[in-house]
Amino acid sequence: MKVTLHVWRQESSEAEGRFETYAANDVSPDMSFLELLDVVNEGLIESDVEPIAFEHDCREGICGSCGVVIDGSPHGPHEGTATCQLHMRSFADGDELWIEPWRARSFPIKKDLVVDRGALDRIIEAGGYISINTGAAPDANAIPIPKDDVDAALDAATCIGCGACVAVCPNASAMLFTSAKVAHLNMLPQGQPERWSRVARMVEQMEAEGFGNCTNHGACQIACPKEISIDFIAWLNRDYLRAQRKVG
Amino acid sequence: MKQIASFYSTTVGKKIAMAATGIVLVAYVVGHMLGNLKIFQGPEKLNSYAEFLREVGAPVLGHGEFLWIARIVLLAAVAIHIVASAQLTLQSRAARPVGYRNTPHQEFSYASRTMRWGGVIISLFVVYHILHFTSGTVHGDFIPNDPYHNLVVGFQSWPVALAYIGAVVMLGFHLYHGVWSMTQTLGVNNARIERMRRPAALVLAVAVVIGYVVVPVSILAGWVT
Ligand code: FES
Repeated sequence: MKVTLHVWRQESSEAEGRFETYAANDVSPDMSFLELLDVVNEGLIESDVEPIAFEHDCREGICGSCGVVIDGSPHGPHEGTATCQLHMRSFADGDELWIEPWRARSFPIKKDLVVDRGALDRIIEAGGYISINTGAAPDANAIPIPKDDVDAALDAATCIGCGACVAVCPNASAMLFTSAKVAHLNMLPQGQPERWSRVARMVEQMEAEGFGNCTNHGACQIACPKEISIDFIAWLNRDYLRAQRKVG
Repeated sequence: MKQIASFYSTTVGKKIAMAATGIVLVAYVVGHMLGNLKIFQGPEKLNSYAEFLREVGAPVLGHGEFLWIARIVLLAAVAIHIVASAQLTLQSRAARPVGYRNTPHQEFSYASRTMRWGGVIISLFVVYHILHFTSGTVHGDFIPNDPYHNLVVGFQSWPVALAYIGAVVMLGFHLYHGVWSMTQTLGVNNARIERMRRPAALVLAVAVVIGYVVVPVSILAGWVT
């Protein structure tokens, strides 16, 4: 199959960006979207053009690095998949696709489709961890946890931090990410000692990073490759409210 | 005070302020609607209800004082609601200085997309509505203390009735997303209530639209004269 790609090219964060058009004439429907970019890049290298910079690592939907916006949809048209899990069979022969980086003030573009998602790391640094003294690994079943709590916490923990929620949100809000990262710890017994300071500090860091604010459209839960529900955002709001009383 | 200020300074705090003032405004919208429906009981009932609102609270409150307290509370709620939403909107705009060539396809409901401009339209309408039925400034044949007459004469003009119906429908959309959003912002996370939030918001919005629209429609149709 053949596809035409309009790809956002931008030399550096300071440079002006623009769309460049590339034709891919020999595309197998079994290729992943990233493989398509690899093939296009091979062609570019042969003709002495700087290849398209895009981020990728695991190529199996677990690292969260490969996010690009394809025709307006983060990670492309399917629900519950990352860009690396998207295959060309999802498109039709002759399609014209517009490929853009995540767009948010808090995600400065480094090059072409690569953005700096350090803002999400700083939210984690603000409290998305549990402080423990390491030693022998504790017995996995030493702390009984109700099944519903475990299930909910694990649903939140599937977040791979790709930033698609921010990318799709009309407000460029990071509430889905932050809520998942707060909830997967705050829902479990191990997260309790630092619960209130965690939620307060992570929300404050999210604010400081300059993300927009949630207006409950729900676009993020559709774009999320892990299908994380905005119920966690309600949960975060509640925990944040309660934290005001606890930590003052 | 300092604690409230630092809480309000966060976007989550501002949204909670919007949700809290939203509750006050929804309660008012429902109360106002129930009052309006007294028109179907005839002029005496409606006018004496209006008189009751001026007298309620006596002897602790003087004539009309309850109404003024209510007005001040509502005005404060509206002011906080609008200021917070304006601040949040500006922050969100700033969070995406460069937009997408193709706006994301993900569907937003009509109600959620029109919250901001819908809110502006509703507040402009409320100003007109007060000038029309409360002060009588833009009412051609206003008789103070005779709401029944003012209502019937006012809505016999179909452009006036249509503008009213349009604003109420806009209000319905605002309530549908707003009431659901409110539960989200206040973190209603009880599993049993959880699934009822959308349907409950829909029922409330539809009930409010019908409850308000039935008045001008009945007057235009000549059922209430
Ligand atoms: S490359 Fe790791 S999630 Fe796509």
